[in-house]
Amino acid sequence: MSRPLAFREPPPIQIRGLCTQFDQVVIHRDIDLVVETGQMLGLVGGSGSGKTTLLRAIVGLLAPSKGSVSLFGHPVLDSNPLRRRDLRRRFGMLFQQGALFSALSVFDNIAFPLRELRLLDEALIRDLVLLKLAMVELEPRHCRLMPAELSGGMVKRVALARALALEPELLVLDEPTAGLDPDRSENFVKLLKTLQQELRFTVVMVTHDLATLLGLATRLAVLADHGIVASGTVDEVLAVDHPFIQNFFASGQVRALAAGRAD
Amino acid sequence: MSQATIETQPRIDSLRVLLAGDWTLATLPQPIAGFELRLRELARADPGWDLLAITRLDSVGAILLWRSWGRRWPSSLAVSDSHRSLLARVEAIQPAPPVPAREPLAWLVVPGRLSLTAIDNLAGMLALVGQLVLDLLYLCTHPRDAPWREFSANLYKSGAQALPVTALIGFLIGIVLSYLSALQLKAFGADVFIVNLLGISIVRELGPVLVAVLVAGRSGSAMTAQIGVMRVTEEIDALATMGVSRSLRLILPKVAALAVAMPLLVIWCSAAGILGGMISAHLQMDLAYGFFLDTLPRVVPVANVWIGLGKGLTFGLLIGLIACHFGLRVKPNTESLSAQTTTSVVTSITVAILVDAVFAVVTRGLGIPL
Repeated sequence: MSRPLAFREPPPIQIRGLCTQFDQVVIHRDIDLVVETGQMLGLVGGSGSGKTTLLRAIVGLLAPSKGSVSLFGHPVLDSNPLRRRDLRRRFGMLFQQGALFSALSVFDNIAFPLRELRLLDEALIRDLVLLKLAMVELEPRHCRLMPAELSGGMVKRVALARALALEPELLVLDEPTAGLDPDRSENFVKLLKTLQQELRFTVVMVTHDLATLLGLATRLAVLADHGIVASGTVDEVLAVDHPFIQNFFASGQVRALAAGRAD
Repeated sequence: MSQATIETQPRIDSLRVLLAGDWTLATLPQPIAGFELRLRELARADPGWDLLAITRLDSVGAILLWRSWGRRWPSSLAVSDSHRSLLARVEAIQPAPPVPAREPLAWLVVPGRLSLTAIDNLAGMLALVGQLVLDLLYLCTHPRDAPWREFSANLYKSGAQALPVTALIGFLIGIVLSYLSALQLKAFGADVFIVNLLGISIVRELGPVLVAVLVAGRSGSAMTAQIGVMRVTEEIDALATMGVSRSLRLILPKVAALAVAMPLLVIWCSAAGILGGMISAHLQMDLAYGFFLDTLPRVVPVANVWIGLGKGLTFGLLIGLIACHFGLRVKPNTESLSAQTTTSVVTSITVAILVDAVFAVVTRGLGIPL
């Protein structure tokens, strides 16, 4: 984004010297990470490398033992509850299992964050919910369904619609395509990509799925040995000589996918 | 970020409305309703709309504009392509399917549906009892498949761990009962009858009912919730795919454990009640402990103990069956889990007291010394 003035908005995510420790087990040691506006960052790492923990620290579900996380220039764990709430309205999170409220219908699930604002009238909320539903390619007739009646792909779509309800500037995705078959997974990735191009939000995601990763991410950060061993564009990361990276991206498929992206 | 602004430019023959700034949820002026009213008033004159200066437009802003235009495109509009596509998307919103209207015969439908649910529950319960009988018959021929570990775990959880609380409640009720009766009995000079009164009422009635209420609240709710969550997390289906019968492994041990634990808890609770009553009578009326213990077996026929035990066994079976039945009816959502747990506890207590009344009528000729 080029702005006429030297003034720059603070980056959506800025992590400084983050350490996480559960009892004696060290998860992260001195992690520094900055995500700039409009980037789509994929966090990669082996099982137990603390990807989800890092994600939880970013959204403020987990207090780090040391260091700080700032979103849009504000500390995510601000001591002022009002400022903390306002900050939480600027990002949306898509949980691995969707985390839809099982007692509420699809409509009410998406309307929930909008109603919590207490600024919008019910007619406006209805239009907004239907618009979000259309964005994630669901039909108005799905409104009355309960989460238990949805298929896995639909749960993800409704959860995405809910995460997008407040027009977030930052979207945090935890395994966005886990549990979807390759076909649906590809559709979901396409959907996310289209929405990102339209709404221009910043994305941070954790995923194991190489197709999702290379289909969406413009940048990668690799978590290993309690820290970030590589971060940068896909090609930069692929060039790093680290045993985990070489293993993870070993298959020829990756090079093919990465090459395909360039076209 | 800059706030959304409206500027009007009067032209010779028409009005021009210039919109600028960020038209997003966060930057629209509050209250939004007042802002929308202003837009609507402007739209009435059908001016020319210039949206080119809008830096950001989100769906809230787009819907707001679209609504103030009366849900159609204005005759003169200057807008960037990306914002036009967003407005087109708002145009494409389909109306929500109508909420089904209230049934006109609700006064008839609601009780009807309730009775159908009740019949459904009774049928389900009957099927459960039948399944348990079949399981028992199966166990007679295949004693090696008996779920002893689960049985003993349940016995410990719903029996041994309930000992302190049942003793405490029984003891306190004994004290209260003895204290209040002593005041009355003294007035008639009938002090010694405190033993008859406490003995019969606690052993025959209060002990079993108190324990039933406690166990329904303590173990019954836990069983419903546990089976319910196992249904939500598909653990019950996992058991089925391993060829393990859910009734044999989950339900039978629970029902059997309650049926065994309840009579024992009844005895335990009654003993605590008598102890409390005895202490209270000693302090209030100087009734010697030795006299109390001597008199008790003479004035309380042993039939009362059997009635108490019989009630315990029946209540235990019923609470276990009801708890498991409602646990199996939990649907995979949080609302259903809480509703079924509540229903399970309420039904257990109601049924226990109903059955207690039946016991009172059926055994009215037994165990009352006259």
